[in-house]
Amino acid sequence: MTQTANTPKTAPTPSAQNGPDLNTLMHAVERPALPGAPANVIAFGWRALLKIKHVPEQLFDVLVTPIMFTVMFTFLFGGALAGSPQEYLVFLLPGILAQTVVFTVVYTGVTLNTDISKGIYDRFKSMPVWHPSPLVGAMVGDVIRYTGSSVIVFFIGFLLGYRPEAGLGGVILAIVLLNAFAFGIGWVFTTLGLLMRTPGAVMTLSWLVLMPVTFASNIFVDPATMPDLLQTIIAFNPIAHLVTALRSILAGAADPGGIALAMVAPIVLTAIFGPVTMRLYRRQR
Amino acid sequence: MNTQPSDWAIDVHGLSKRFGPTRAVNGIDLAVRPGRVYGLLGPNGAGKTTTVRMLATLLQPDAGDARVLGLDLHRDAHRIRQRISLTGQFASVDEDLTGLENLRLLAMLLGFRGKAGRKRAGDLLDAFDLAQAADKQVKHYSGGMRRRLDIASSLIVPPELLFLDEPTTGLDPRSRNQVWDIVRALTDAGTTVLLTTQYLEEADQLAERIAVIDHGRVIAEGTSSELKRMVGSGTLRLRLQRPEDRPRAQTWLTQALEASVTLEAEPTSLSVQFSDTHKATEALAGLSQAGFPLASFSMDQPSLDEVFLALTGHHSDPEPHRDEVETTP
Repeated sequence: MTQTANTPKTAPTPSAQNGPDLNTLMHAVERPALPGAPANVIAFGWRALLKIKHVPEQLFDVLVTPIMFTVMFTFLFGGALAGSPQEYLVFLLPGILAQTVVFTVVYTGVTLNTDISKGIYDRFKSMPVWHPSPLVGAMVGDVIRYTGSSVIVFFIGFLLGYRPEAGLGGVILAIVLLNAFAFGIGWVFTTLGLLMRTPGAVMTLSWLVLMPVTFASNIFVDPATMPDLLQTIIAFNPIAHLVTALRSILAGAADPGGIALAMVAPIVLTAIFGPVTMRLYRRQR
Repeated sequence: MNTQPSDWAIDVHGLSKRFGPTRAVNGIDLAVRPGRVYGLLGPNGAGKTTTVRMLATLLQPDAGDARVLGLDLHRDAHRIRQRISLTGQFASVDEDLTGLENLRLLAMLLGFRGKAGRKRAGDLLDAFDLAQAADKQVKHYSGGMRRRLDIASSLIVPPELLFLDEPTTGLDPRSRNQVWDIVRALTDAGTTVLLTTQYLEEADQLAERIAVIDHGRVIAEGTSSELKRMVGSGTLRLRLQRPEDRPRAQTWLTQALEASVTLEAEPTSLSVQFSDTHKATEALAGLSQAGFPLASFSMDQPSLDEVFLALTGHHSDPEPHRDEVETTP
C-alpha cells in the first residue's frame, strides 16, 4: 500500500448505487405496536425450538442417559433388590424419570451460559422487550426437552415390560409434575449459568450438587435399609419427594399431599432464585 | 433532519463508569448532531465500548447527565430502546439460526406478525445482499456477511439512532468498504450513527466529527481535518530508481523538509515525517529535478498511533485494560 504512486486512500464512493438502497427500507415501513410480555416469551420459545432443530446434538445426552440408566439398573439390580427385573422396574422407573429430568435441567444453565457470552443478548437487552423474556422463553423451550426425555424413559420402560397402573392419564400427570418441578428448580441453574465463567464450570458444579442429591434418595432403593442419618437427609430431599409423588401417581393412587410436598422445593427455589437470576441477568457484564 | 438543529441526538456531560478500581469511562462529554455520523476513535480499552453500552441502556453510568434523543438515559430507558438499535462489537446475531430466522425472530419481538415479519426480513436480506444465504446458518457466514446481517438486524424497525461498535474490525477490505457504503446509505436516509473505531481512516471516511478517546476521557474533538492539523504530520515514502542515489537524496530531503529522513530496509526506499503538505509536495517535485528519479511514492495519513503520540505522548498499543476485552467468545 505504501509503495504505490497514488494516494493510498480508498477512492470515494463513485455513486450512491454502491450501498444498498435504504431509503425505501428505512421509510416505507410501518412501525407495528409493541407486543406484550407473553408474545415476547413465545418468540423466545420459538428461538429455543429453532435451536433444537439446528443443533440436535444438544439432545444427545437427554436421549442416551435415560436409556442407559433404565436398562442398566433394571437388569443389574432388579433381581437382587426386588426379586425380578419386572418388579424392580415398577419401583425404579419413577425414580429414573426424576433423575433424568433433573439432569436435563443442568443444560438449561449450560445453554444460558454459552448463549449469554455472545453478543446476541446485548441486542435483546437493548430492545424494547419484556426484560425477563429471553430467559423465560428459553425455559419454556426446555419444556420440550423435559417432556422428550420423560417420554423416552416411559418408552424404554414399556419395552422392558413396564405397564403403569394409572394408564395414560397417570403418565401425562407425571410428565406435567416433572415439568413443573424442573421449571422450578431451573432457576438455580440459570443462576449458576450467569455466575460461572464457562459452560464447563456450570456443568461441573451442577453435577457436584446433583450427584449426591440424586443418589442419596429413594430413586434406586428403599431408604428403610439405610443408616438413620441418611434416612433423615432423604426425608428432606426434594428429589425424594418428587419420586414419592411420581410413584403414587403412576401406581394409580395419586396422593395430593405428596404432590404438594413435591412442589414445595420448586416453589421456594423459584421465589429465591427467580429474582436472583433476573438481578444477575440485568447486571451481566 | 426531523429535529431542530439545537436538539442533539446525544448530549452527554461527565459520563463515568468504573469497574472495580478501573475507571473505564472517566467523565466523557459528547454532543452528537442528528442525522450525522459521529466517530469515537480510540485504542482497545479506551472506554469506547463502555460508553456505547451506557448510551444504549445496557449499563448504568455511575455519574453524569445523559440525554439520548432528548430522553433521560436513566428515567426513560424503555422509551429510548424503542428508538435506538445497537450493533455490538461481537456479532450480535444467533449463529445457530439462519439469517432469515434471525431477522424473523427480531421482527416478531418488535411486533411484526407472521407474513409482515417474513416480508420485512426478506426485504432486509435483499437490500444487504444476503438473499441467497437466507436459509444458511449464520455460523457458515463469512465475517462480512455476518456484519451485514448484524446491521440489518438493527434496522427491522428503522432506528433514529444506531450504535455501531467497531463495525469493521476483523473484516477484509472489500467487506469493510461494503459496511462503509451501508453507513453512508444510512445517513442519507436520515439515521444518526454513533460509530466506534480504532482506525483513523475509518473515522475520516465516515464521521462528520470525531472524539478521540483515551483512558476513558475525550482527549480531542473535532472534524477529521481539525484533528489532523493538531497532529500535523504524515509520512512521505519514496522509492528511488537507483539505489546509489539514496545517500545524496537523503541529504537533499533533510534540508528541503527540515526533518530527519529514515533509510528503509529496502535499498531504494526512504521515508520522512512531514508536517506541511504543501512543502512535502514541493520537495517531491524537486527531487526529480535535482536528479534523483523516483520509482514510486506515497503519502500516508497520520496513523492512529501518531495521533495518539501527538495528543497524549504515549503510544496507542493496547495495554492490558479490561473493559473492552471482557468477553472471549
